[in-house]
Amino acid sequence: MTLNDLWFAAIAVLFVGYFVLEGFDFGVGVLLPYIPKDERERQVMVGTIGPVWDGNEVWLITAGGALFAAFPEWYATLFSGFYLPLLFILLALIVRGVAFEYRGKHDSKRWRRNWDRCLFWGSLVPAFLWGVVFGNIVRGVALDERHEFVGTFWALLNPFALLGGLTTLAMFVTHGAVFLALKTRGKVRRKAKDTAERAGVIAAVLAIGFLTWTQVMEGSFASVLLTVVAIAAWAAGMVANFFGREGWAFLGSAVAIGMATISLFAALYPDVLPSTVSSENSLNIENAASTPKTLQIMTWVAVVFLPLVLLYQSWTYWVFRRRIGVRNIPASH
Amino acid sequence: MARWQFGITTVYHFLFVPLAIGLSLLVALLETAWVRTGKHVYLTATRFWGRLFLINFALGLVTGIVQEFQFGMSWSTYSRFVGDVFGAPLAIEALLAFFLESTFLGLWIFGWDRLNKVVHVLCMWAVAIGTALSAYFILAANSFMQWPVGFVNTGTRAEMTDFGAVLTNKVAVATFPHVLMASWLTAGVVMMCFSAYHLGRSRNVEVFRPSLRLALVTTVIAGAGLAYTGDSLAKVMTQTQPMKIAAAEALYETAQPAPFSLFTIGNLSGTEPLFSIEVPGLLSFLATGRFDGQVQGINNLQAEYRQKYGPGDYAPYVPIAYWGFRLMIGFGLLAAFIGLCLLWLTRGHRLPRKRWIWRVATWAVVLPFLANSAGWIFTEMGRQPWIVFTQLKTADAVSPSIGLGHIIASLTAFTLLYGALAVVEMRLMYVFGTADPPHDQPEPVKDPALAY
Repeated sequence: MTLNDLWFAAIAVLFVGYFVLEGFDFGVGVLLPYIPKDERERQVMVGTIGPVWDGNEVWLITAGGALFAAFPEWYATLFSGFYLPLLFILLALIVRGVAFEYRGKHDSKRWRRNWDRCLFWGSLVPAFLWGVVFGNIVRGVALDERHEFVGTFWALLNPFALLGGLTTLAMFVTHGAVFLALKTRGKVRRKAKDTAERAGVIAAVLAIGFLTWTQVMEGSFASVLLTVVAIAAWAAGMVANFFGREGWAFLGSAVAIGMATISLFAALYPDVLPSTVSSENSLNIENAASTPKTLQIMTWVAVVFLPLVLLYQSWTYWVFRRRIGVRNIPASH
Repeated sequence: MARWQFGITTVYHFLFVPLAIGLSLLVALLETAWVRTGKHVYLTATRFWGRLFLINFALGLVTGIVQEFQFGMSWSTYSRFVGDVFGAPLAIEALLAFFLESTFLGLWIFGWDRLNKVVHVLCMWAVAIGTALSAYFILAANSFMQWPVGFVNTGTRAEMTDFGAVLTNKVAVATFPHVLMASWLTAGVVMMCFSAYHLGRSRNVEVFRPSLRLALVTTVIAGAGLAYTGDSLAKVMTQTQPMKIAAAEALYETAQPAPFSLFTIGNLSGTEPLFSIEVPGLLSFLATGRFDGQVQGINNLQAEYRQKYGPGDYAPYVPIAYWGFRLMIGFGLLAAFIGLCLLWLTRGHRLPRKRWIWRVATWAVVLPFLANSAGWIFTEMGRQPWIVFTQLKTADAVSPSIGLGHIIASLTAFTLLYGALAVVEMRLMYVFGTADPPHDQPEPVKDPALAY
């Protein structure tokens, strides 16, 4: 395994971390208008992700930084080529992050309703667009010989990528519902379980469609295997949810999202961004990478600090392991 | 257009960041005081200022993601050229600093009843250290643009040869303490502003008097530190980017000794001063440490660079550099001076009665933000026309595939959104800064979700 392979794997791991973690807080955000019946229940929902969402979002920042450091050509082509989708994701993440902090800062119905709208759209848009972006990465886009994107925005909205978007959206919504069932008490917990049942089936259909299409297009032995594991984990998670075993259900949806993400990277390998114009213009782990020296330094940094990050992030989840119910919310609100 | 976008989003981002860096430290200090003395007023103060810190941190975080993405989105040629060197500090910043800040901030907000006091205060210290660390790495990355070291230019890209040199770049080493001091000054003055608002109305004196004293001591120390670090930074700048210091004074011809003008009215390009107040030899002192040192002028440098790098205009837009430099120093010094006066006026157990004193202290809040923005604009505009000094020009660094329409769309979206958020942020800062501190609970609320 070369350093380039290692860093390709590291980028995959960072996106796995991002989708598994922020996936459920996107899901909770999308479900915010549907599950709670009053303000106290809404506060329960926001409270489940309150302590962790910004730590989750840092996985994206780290993935972006690692991409820039390890594969500058990939970073440059991807981010400039996907200018508009990324712009929408950025705008959504901004209003969403601000909404978390600001919704409780002023006691008025209108104020909170507006921030809740921001939370909903700010969660829905990236949950959908990340699927579109990754669909296009796997499928390939039009790149010229300087690795510059020469396609149009509309070309990014092809059926395959749109299916990818719906898949990530449905999976994240289900993942969020399963998380809510795990972290709450009472009515919110029951409703979340029901939601997860229904959304889980829709997500399964979409995911099977999207991942199979991916395998037909770009599949390798490893990616097919990973896809099968992902779908099996999803099915197991949904069964566990049906029987009210919330911990296992969450584990199932988390593993499924992680494996599905890795299967996309496996299908991509050794390219990092194929060109649909000519395979000579494709970016791969060699021609997109930094020098071995930079990769080496980054490897040392990651080896030392990534375990540390995992350790203290796990500790956060341990500290906030208790369920939240409406009785934690003061009645005055 | 991409420049405007980067400029606007960066200046906006840099409004929140110094306050977050400084305020996290002050909140950590207040909470430490509470843990050590057990005095309830310190807890009240911690919670009061902590709330303001959170309002501000949210915006710093989300606008930071925009910064990281923008390099690739709008400056793909730049990213391809510098990625091998520039990406590493950015990635390390995320891994070391961002995870630390955001994870422990979540613990701090929601952990009041889950963690014991000492662990809880350590969470805020982790946040404070995280913010400072992130400043170091991003400044190391920025310093590569100011004074590229530890690399070899292969013609198509800059390849890293010495990571230690990138991290210990003398510009980074000189800039970091300067920015850190500016952050403390900003936080000190913000704390002074809201404390003065309350004290001027004789409200909550028991909380805001200690807050004010802490704020003033911070402001004065930071003010002195700024002058000192600014002086060393100016000397490093003279060695590394003589054009920038020449533009800062609008010094067209090499002079020995070189004067420093406090104020000039001239034509727009600054080539002909009509009226100016000059302090002889001061620029020489700032730049070289001696009052009779030689400072190179813009025209001389222009001729030299033209020989080295081919035809072209190598001077930045002089009026911006000239005024950016002066406004930064002027606003910063004025803020520190107000802090010093107030420190004297509140000595012992004194509290001045005069309304105008408190009003001045309240309105001083705009000064550090103006100084920060001016300083940032000066150092970035002063580097032009280069994006990476002597290696890559800004004009050659943009994404070739991005049409004007895209940039206009995103620039409009960012400007509108940032404008709206600024209004909301200022309103919230005002509401919470002027509200009574949370008095009613003797102990922190037993409720994790209340913070939202």
